[in-house]
Amino acid sequence: MFPLLLLFLPFVSALLLIAMPGKQSKYIAFASSILSLVAILVSLNTLRLDSLSSTLAFNHPWLSSLGSSLSFKIDGIAMVLLLLTNILFPLIVFSTFDREVSKPKGYFALILFMQSALLGVFMAADGLVFYIFWELALIPIYFICLVWGGDGRQRITFKFFIYTLLGSLFMLVALIFLYQHAPNHSFALQDLYMAGEGMTFIQQSWVFWFLFLAFAIKMPIFPFHTWQPDTYTNAPTQGTMLLSGIMLKMGTFGLIRWLLPMVPDAVSTYSTSVIILSLISVVYASAIAIVQVNFKRLIAYSSIAHVGLICAGIFAYKEESIQGALVQMFAHGINVVGLFFICDILQRNTGTDTITELGGIRSINSKFAFWYLIILLGSVALPLTNGFVGEFLLLNGIFQYNAWFAAIGGLTIILGAVYMLRSYQAIMLGETKSKTKAFSALSKSESLLLGIVAIIIVVCGVFPKLILDLSALEVKTMMNALWNSKL
Amino acid sequence: MNEIIIVASLGILTLLAEIFNFKKLILPLVVAGLAANIVVGIMEFDLASYYNDADTLRMIESDLYAKCFMMLLSIIALVWVLVNYNFFSDETNQTDHLALILFAIVGGFCMVAYTNFVMLFLGIEILSIPMYVLAGSNKRSLRSNEATLKYFLMGSFATGILLFGITLIYGSIGSFYVYDVRMKTASVDFTITPMFTIGVVMLIAAMAFKVSSAPFHFWAPDVYSGSPTSVTSFMATFVKTAAIAAFMRLFITAFPTAIESYKNVFFILIIASLFIGNIIAVFQTNAKRLLAYSSISHVGFMLLALLCLSEATSLKSLFFYTTAYSFTTLAAFLVLKIVSENASGDDDISVFNGLAQRNPLLAGTMTIALLSMAGIPPLSGFFAKYNMLFMALNHGYLWLVIIAILASLVGVYYYFKIIIAMFTRNSTDSTAIPLSLLQKSLLVLLMLIIITIGWNGWVFNLI
Repeated sequence: MFPLLLLFLPFVSALLLIAMPGKQSKYIAFASSILSLVAILVSLNTLRLDSLSSTLAFNHPWLSSLGSSLSFKIDGIAMVLLLLTNILFPLIVFSTFDREVSKPKGYFALILFMQSALLGVFMAADGLVFYIFWELALIPIYFICLVWGGDGRQRITFKFFIYTLLGSLFMLVALIFLYQHAPNHSFALQDLYMAGEGMTFIQQSWVFWFLFLAFAIKMPIFPFHTWQPDTYTNAPTQGTMLLSGIMLKMGTFGLIRWLLPMVPDAVSTYSTSVIILSLISVVYASAIAIVQVNFKRLIAYSSIAHVGLICAGIFAYKEESIQGALVQMFAHGINVVGLFFICDILQRNTGTDTITELGGIRSINSKFAFWYLIILLGSVALPLTNGFVGEFLLLNGIFQYNAWFAAIGGLTIILGAVYMLRSYQAIMLGETKSKTKAFSALSKSESLLLGIVAIIIVVCGVFPKLILDLSALEVKTMMNALWNSKL
Repeated sequence: MNEIIIVASLGILTLLAEIFNFKKLILPLVVAGLAANIVVGIMEFDLASYYNDADTLRMIESDLYAKCFMMLLSIIALVWVLVNYNFFSDETNQTDHLALILFAIVGGFCMVAYTNFVMLFLGIEILSIPMYVLAGSNKRSLRSNEATLKYFLMGSFATGILLFGITLIYGSIGSFYVYDVRMKTASVDFTITPMFTIGVVMLIAAMAFKVSSAPFHFWAPDVYSGSPTSVTSFMATFVKTAAIAAFMRLFITAFPTAIESYKNVFFILIIASLFIGNIIAVFQTNAKRLLAYSSISHVGFMLLALLCLSEATSLKSLFFYTTAYSFTTLAAFLVLKIVSENASGDDDISVFNGLAQRNPLLAGTMTIALLSMAGIPPLSGFFAKYNMLFMALNHGYLWLVIIAILASLVGVYYYFKIIIAMFTRNSTDSTAIPLSLLQKSLLVLLMLIIITIGWNGWVFNLI
């Protein structure tokens, strides 16, 4: 019953929130997201005790004429993402606590709808259900960016919408195609796996590219990334956090669950080309990030670089690199939300996020500089922070695939350090500029949020087993199945 | 048969109202009558009440197909009358309008249940002639007059072509009866003569005109935008559903095997409708013209069901598509009508500016309706398109599916133009738009229908 509980908790809260006066929206949303967090922690315990527990799965006949059934399951791989989602949502809602939000009712209702849809994506064990939640997640974030975004939002959000919709429609075709080849005509995940394996290579290739297009746009990978920097920069802070912290992971999660085991032959053939694409996006995005003067855009490009490495690791299809991808997804989600929150604080205090106009904040507010440094170190993958574990495992896997690829992939750490430290230097050190003179002390809720993010970064860096153990079993089984089917 | 009798008697009763002076009562009576019609339909919704065409001189029959579409048409008609309540109270000649609508409904019923080409022709005429009149019901408006003239002239031509086609088929088969045609064409010694082919192509052309499929769509934008909004919404929902159902019935009863021979014709119709409808809609600034082009593109999707007639789900998919499309369109036109009446009859897209502030319920319903038309899950429009694409993929038309997907992506652009206008632009007039209780409940009802009918297979499996 956990899947339904997780799905409906935010959904019902959103409806409740619409019915209540607008002033309380913030608190209802926060309470609901905390409850979701508690629910996921309880189910985490169930998963640990008994991974086959029936409370972690849900299956109900639905739309049988279309071959679909309403089925969800929580396993180790999904758990990493569910945990990430439910940890980030309280933080995202909390980040609005000492801010004024216009039209709060709609804003928080959409955020909660978004949570429901995202959890549905990660838990779905049926092709059609997955597709529906995948699209459903797009609607709230579109409206968040459209209504609460900055100038020129109509054009930018529209580009974002069309881009992602294009990808997902191709995914739909691929899913229907798989369904038609499924042994007993159903959309159930296992049946689709069987369908994919039974296909000829040409058929697998079609399915592979159609599915990959959807995931590549969502992540995004070069050359499908052009919607991303504008959308991230333009969206309201919470929207950016949702997009980069969680929504981006829909793509990488999709690769692991819906692409890799689905069409193994096509994966082994095309993995090299996909890894090359991913590495191009690593280098390309890092290079652009280095010359960015806008801090929010810099984080947006750094996000492309990080996700490029994750994608490369997944397509190296080694046990280490898949595990690394999962850890890195978790770590990146936490770090990027922290970074965007820092950007939000900068913007609130100085009214700008242009790096060249900032400077010398450390001498005014050293506490802020400290938190910023920790989050930054997590992002550049310093040992003992969460970023290190993921990137190390990813590079390890890629190295087993091809040492040259690992060498290029390793650039992400070096280049990441370059652009992040450069931004730190420009914003925190040096002369105090006119705009940063009046930089105020952090409010209580700001310190608390940054503190929580920093603690998660360090704890996950020191005890990576917390995350690694969750998915270890599933990844092992998946990899074994993948190798067996190929050999 | 009962449906036809009930609604036709209602129509006659309405005409009598003018003579015997109970005009005030007539609208509630008609609403009650249409509701009773639905109740009767539901009670008779089983095999026992079906009859074949022996009782009706081989003219109409009541099979599951006819029954389902009659029910759908009856429900659309009732909702339409409720939605456009004030269309009949504003004018002095309300009984004429009401009677015309009721007779048009009878025509629609004939079109979904005919077994004889004569009845098909009669049904189309009974439906069309009231529509010609109603298109011009805004007598003082030049555009309304233009619409009625255009509709009448082009509609008559189309009917002429239809008759010509029927005659040619009669010439090569020797019967008006659809099952005779089916028997003859299925027999081994039947050779397709040029006369027969020309006849069928003419029938297809005439029906394509009636469903406003491109390249026979030129009347639709002008007529849609010129007619009063209420009449436009009747054309876009009721008439379109009846026409596409008649089109489908033609092929399932008369030429079930012929579709393969004429599939190139359908490729042209489908691809032209999808692209012309969607691409020209992008450049429209008038909301009614935009919805007209969008309806053309939806016809492109509906015609997929005809193309894949041999698939088991084609009837189901078409029925579901028309259901989802009709309710979505009714909702969109209801919002448009309220908003444009509030802007003293203006129906430019700019009337939607800032609607989210002026009335969130209207904006919400419109958003849901537009998202459903764009095919975003989990709304009914998504399932409608999904069924169609699924069926086409099953039939092996992957290339057609990809074309349909690309075309509907273009569609997203203009639907979102309205959504963006509602949520981000500022209106010149920022007063709240008042709604009556009836309007509020209809909006909520339509919204619930649009959201939920795709979620269970009930509507899909009805037929």
